[in-house]
Amino acid sequence: MAPFWRYLIAGIGLVAVVLGVLAVVYMTAPSTPPAAAPETGQTRGSEKGMFVATFVPQDGTAKQNELQDWVLTLKTAAGKPVENATIEVSGGMPQHAHGLPTSPKMTDYLGDGRYRISGVKFSMSGWWQLKLGISAPTGSDTVVFNIVL
Amino acid sequence: MRRFPAQFQEKCVTVFRSELRKNKSLERFRVSVKNGNAPGIALILLLAVLVAGCERPQFSEAEKRTIASLALNALPPLKPDTTNRYADDPGAAALGATLFFDFTLSRNGTVACSTCHQIGQQFQDGLPQGVGVARTNRRTQPLAGVAYSPWLFWDGRRDSLWAQALVPLENPLEQAGNRTAYARYVKARFGERYERIFGPLPDFSNVPANAGPLGSATEQSAWNGMSGAQHDDINRVFANIGKALAAFQRSINPKEARFDRFAAVLAAGGEPQDDAVFSPEEIQGLKLFIGKASCSTCHNGPLFTDHAFHNTGVPPVADLPPDRGRVDAVAQVDADPFNCLGAYRDGGPEACGELKFMVRDKPELIRAYKTPSLRAVAGRPPYMHAGQFGSLEEVVAHYAKAPSSVEGVSEVHPLRLSERERAALVAFLKTLSP
Repeated sequence: MAPFWRYLIAGIGLVAVVLGVLAVVYMTAPSTPPAAAPETGQTRGSEKGMFVATFVPQDGTAKQNELQDWVLTLKTAAGKPVENATIEVSGGMPQHAHGLPTSPKMTDYLGDGRYRISGVKFSMSGWWQLKLGISAPTGSDTVVFNIVL
Repeated sequence: MRRFPAQFQEKCVTVFRSELRKNKSLERFRVSVKNGNAPGIALILLLAVLVAGCERPQFSEAEKRTIASLALNALPPLKPDTTNRYADDPGAAALGATLFFDFTLSRNGTVACSTCHQIGQQFQDGLPQGVGVARTNRRTQPLAGVAYSPWLFWDGRRDSLWAQALVPLENPLEQAGNRTAYARYVKARFGERYERIFGPLPDFSNVPANAGPLGSATEQSAWNGMSGAQHDDINRVFANIGKALAAFQRSINPKEARFDRFAAVLAAGGEPQDDAVFSPEEIQGLKLFIGKASCSTCHNGPLFTDHAFHNTGVPPVADLPPDRGRVDAVAQVDADPFNCLGAYRDGGPEACGELKFMVRDKPELIRAYKTPSLRAVAGRPPYMHAGQFGSLEEVVAHYAKAPSSVEGVSEVHPLRLSERERAALVAFLKTLSP
């Protein structure tokens, strides 16, 4: 029959091993947000570099499950406001097989290269993408915004 | 308490006892354990339990936020419905309640709204497809919190509660009546109550007894023989019937569920008491619901719905007419004279954003149906838009398997869920009842 101390050492050893394994598991576990967190800046350059676009909710914050107006500010690469542009909005959730729950549209030109985009709605939390197809007298380009709710 | 597997216990003992290590016979280990050092084994077991107790906190901060967002106390107050000036008028709600239970509001005097929306059964009927004058094509939906929905019906073919209420009245499978008969009946039976709420009723003496744009051939031709002013008079009374019914239905709210009591205590950082205590299985189910199983992607917010339309590969029912869901509803809501942009809306057009910015032509609308609320879901099988599944177990199995859709593309991806995980999800869903 083994003496009691051997069990004690065995027990301590076991605890050490378990703690070690747990430590490894915790340190190597994937972090909860997606590995490549999308770039969520509110000002972005368009794909071909034709425009610099700023896209913000009119009332300040993006809300879930509410129709909202957003304001798109368009400037040329040189910083001049872009006027007389038409804007097509598309998008969806890249991680799910669906697009936007609404069809947002440009509803107003507010002057100074600013355009109102109405009917923006996000029906769930997560990573959304809004693709704005911009056609201006100077040319056409696309800018993509990532919005994470 | 977790129990150490017996075999592991034996191995532990042999690893640390050299005399046993030489012996390859498991039988011998068993004997030695039986006769072995009982306090020593007890100590190892105790340490094991301590280690098992050192788990992560039960919910992460992100999980706690999601749980709080699902609780009933996160439900905002109902916004005024500016398209229905009578939405919060108690007189209109009372008239609506009367009409809701009135069997005379049907072709043969046997069907009321309450025939399918039964008050004792969460305002649904427990049938795979509702049965009015005849069997319909869709599952009757419960009404708790219905006024929060921007789109009505499984396919959203109406854009307001009051416009929705008018459809069953004229549907040949539901109440199967016609528009002039309804207007004349309301004037004869409830004229005084009606006028107190909505103002003077027009003279119907020259209006046919039975006429409507959606009725039988005779009724339709009688309707076509009426003047535009007569159409408008009748339509206005008809719309007001819908507005009264909507005012009543706005008062039907979801009840607090066990989950809400659990969530409230969790948010306050307290210790749940009585029936707010969740079993380990229910907690596992909740974690799956908001985590790995991604249920809360669509079943989100305090009503457990995103109010949007999704194709989730739910199979069609063999003996029902073809049903393509949202894609066919778009034209119907656009054409509805009682829609938000029509002549019978109260208030301004700024209330019509949902209709104005509706998705009209995307392939993902094919066989897409509205995400239903899951509140009190365990009490109302069968499930899905035509009662396809008889139990929550079947629903969970469907979403785990994620079969492809007969038409269009399902948004759901297959998910490996063990038997225990499936049972845990069902156990959690049962906590959404009072």
